[in-house]
Amino acid sequence: MMMAGAATTGSKAQLVLSGTSRPGAASADRKRTTPGHHVVGTRTGSSVGTRRSPAASAAKGSAGSSRKVVSVASVDSNSKSQKASPPNGSDKVVFDPSFKVDKDAAKAMYVDMLRGRNFEDMCAQMYYRGKMFGFVHLYNGQEAVSTGVIGAMRSDDYVCSTYRDHVHAVSKGVPMGKVMAELFGKKDGICRGQGGSMHMFSAEHNFLGGFAFIGEGIPVGAGAAFQARYRRDVLGDESADQVCASFFGDGTCNNGAFYETLNMASLYKLPCLFVVENNKWAIGMAHDRSTAPSMGDKEPYIYKKGPAFGMPGVLVDGMDVMAVRKVAEEAIARARRGDGPTLIECETYRYRGHSLADPDELRKAEEKEAYAKRDPIPKFRDFMIKQGLATEKEVKEWEKQVEEEVDEAVEFADASPRPGKEQLLENVFADPSGFGISADGGSQSPNFP
Amino acid sequence: MAAAVQSRSAAPRRAGTRGRPLRPGPRNSGSSRRTTRWRPCGAKPERELLMWEALREATDEEMERDPTVLVMGEDVGHYGGSYKVTYDLYKKYGEMRLLDTPIAENSFAGMGIGAAMTGLRPVIEGMNMGFLLLAFNQISNNCGMLHYTSGGQYKVPVVIRGPGGVGRQLGAEHSQRLESYFQSIPGVQLVACSTARNSKALLKAAIRSDNPVIFFEHVLLYNVKGPVGGKDEVQELNRAEVVREGTDITILCYSRMRYVSMQAVGDLVTQGYDPEVIDLISLKPFDLETIYNSLKKTRRVLIVEECMKTGGIGASLSSTISENFIDELDHEVVRLSSQDVPTAYAHELEAATIVQPEQVVEAVHRICGESAVPA
Repeated sequence: MMMAGAATTGSKAQLVLSGTSRPGAASADRKRTTPGHHVVGTRTGSSVGTRRSPAASAAKGSAGSSRKVVSVASVDSNSKSQKASPPNGSDKVVFDPSFKVDKDAAKAMYVDMLRGRNFEDMCAQMYYRGKMFGFVHLYNGQEAVSTGVIGAMRSDDYVCSTYRDHVHAVSKGVPMGKVMAELFGKKDGICRGQGGSMHMFSAEHNFLGGFAFIGEGIPVGAGAAFQARYRRDVLGDESADQVCASFFGDGTCNNGAFYETLNMASLYKLPCLFVVENNKWAIGMAHDRSTAPSMGDKEPYIYKKGPAFGMPGVLVDGMDVMAVRKVAEEAIARARRGDGPTLIECETYRYRGHSLADPDELRKAEEKEAYAKRDPIPKFRDFMIKQGLATEKEVKEWEKQVEEEVDEAVEFADASPRPGKEQLLENVFADPSGFGISADGGSQSPNFP
Repeated sequence: MAAAVQSRSAAPRRAGTRGRPLRPGPRNSGSSRRTTRWRPCGAKPERELLMWEALREATDEEMERDPTVLVMGEDVGHYGGSYKVTYDLYKKYGEMRLLDTPIAENSFAGMGIGAAMTGLRPVIEGMNMGFLLLAFNQISNNCGMLHYTSGGQYKVPVVIRGPGGVGRQLGAEHSQRLESYFQSIPGVQLVACSTARNSKALLKAAIRSDNPVIFFEHVLLYNVKGPVGGKDEVQELNRAEVVREGTDITILCYSRMRYVSMQAVGDLVTQGYDPEVIDLISLKPFDLETIYNSLKKTRRVLIVEECMKTGGIGASLSSTISENFIDELDHEVVRLSSQDVPTAYAHELEAATIVQPEQVVEAVHRICGESAVPA
């Protein structure tokens, strides 16, 4: 009953599983023949399925100008980066000088990263002052990933995160004050104080959470993507082209939910992105101590698992917001036109411990220093000024504005009231009838004498 | 969304009613729902279906009524469901609405939850309820918790359904009763159907409900035949059913134990007892109002359940009854539950694991005394 053609609209939509795109889609997503031979590091939307080894493309210079494929940058910078960067695979996407952003985009990217960093630094301060409690996982150092990916999405696109979710929420547009108030456990928090650091949700901003167990959110993100496909193909809503980006870490990539969801996303051609924030550490477990390398490799590479599940896998320099933004734009466009998911492995680093409770004794000083030198924020600041995208004066102005914004967020959170006990039973059920909970959340005994 | 429309269950003639049709059941204040209805002679017989057909009809009607309803699970599409509940529906609604999933319960349950959060209403089928152990992470953490931890922003209107219970020598892993495992999860609603009529009406209500509902069917009940209601008949999810009115003792049961209890009642009535049998239907929340109205009359309670004694549905029901209604009771609440053993394959051992009608009869003798006593 499966038609190998375009999906029909209406209630009888057939599931299109072979490598064809939606009618009218610009891309030529040709049938891939042999899985596993797919060139990692290529965005497939415009690929015609030719297979080139990374070495070949490096030797021939940047990928042919007729293709919008981005593997490595030009030969020169490639050879330099191969010597300079850690051995993370010869097909890592790094900064590509031909990828340009305009002034507005540059400002947005810089300010967004700055907001993330300042917010997290303030969280640490507030935690040590006893304003927030429990497990708080900070994002310092990984801002290029959040800004690079989420900044390329629309407000009606979805983001699904993990417990390291403050900056994802802020990048997605959740007001800083509401995130801070949530961290303080106040009524005006984005989840009314009921979620906390690890459970940020915002239906208004299509931010699907905030999950404490790793891997738990990945299928949820795929569900949102499925919903978009369903709306388009079954309900006939032409405007339903939203995508969902799910963020998770290197430790999660050994979890069943990761593989199960990669399979389903590929099978159903879901419009989603799987963004791995590989910061090399899962609390105290180094990535290469928990993950077996693929055959023929000396180190484990997560992006290589994409093609095994029928989607392109991309490795990108997660400390460079321009590289991330470029990869994200291609992956989002690919998903939006119906060509399916992409697995993006971002090589990144967290400057702080796993959480504020982590003494962070296992990571070596040399490693931390090496990544500190690659801090995405000063790197982009210098880039902007050098490229004439912003002046020193403007940048200082923005930095001041962000500091003020964070201070205001703390004031808002401080001023917000604490939840009263009457809030305890509210929101347990969408429909509380029969549960002894009245509509306004109070406890209600059943009618007995 | 779970609107209670007047239920029009026919009054079944059950053994022990001495040939008289049952009187109408207790009325809930303010509710127009009745559990039984006296029918005049010569009334047109209602349409009868097997339970799997009734569940299928419920699914079909709800999918037709609301295009955001879909079914997802293993073999629900082309295969039509391992118990035929979605037989051929994919031909009518297409493969996206009868989504054949890979064997990955945790992830497809999670995918269903994500779809529910963003506006769809999935019915997630566990081919056997036992398989949902694989999905416990999603059911507990995401199904149960998200409406609360998101401060009310996201609701999860899923129905998680499938067959559970002890079948015919299916072995330990296919004979599990998960209702007790799930009952502690805050934020989920539990319903167990038992007849063709209530399975259809409850499934419709569950699909329309905005709560995550875990809907328990029983492997041995799919071929139970009975009258079913029409397109608009939905049944309140949180109400018990009075199966038989009586005066001597309140027997609380659910799912297949309804039939075990009624079989025992057949013997008990010939011995002069007059038990009242209540099918719990709603395992969470318990319908304490109906239970109270019954035990006020009878002053004795016997719980007959298929889940294990330890931590079973009966365990929490018994405590709730004792805590709330101790003054109305003449006898401690007695529970008949399955043994705390994995269900063996051998027929005799399997039979010894679960409650049999003889045990129900013996328990009523013990509680009520050797001969029938007036209340």
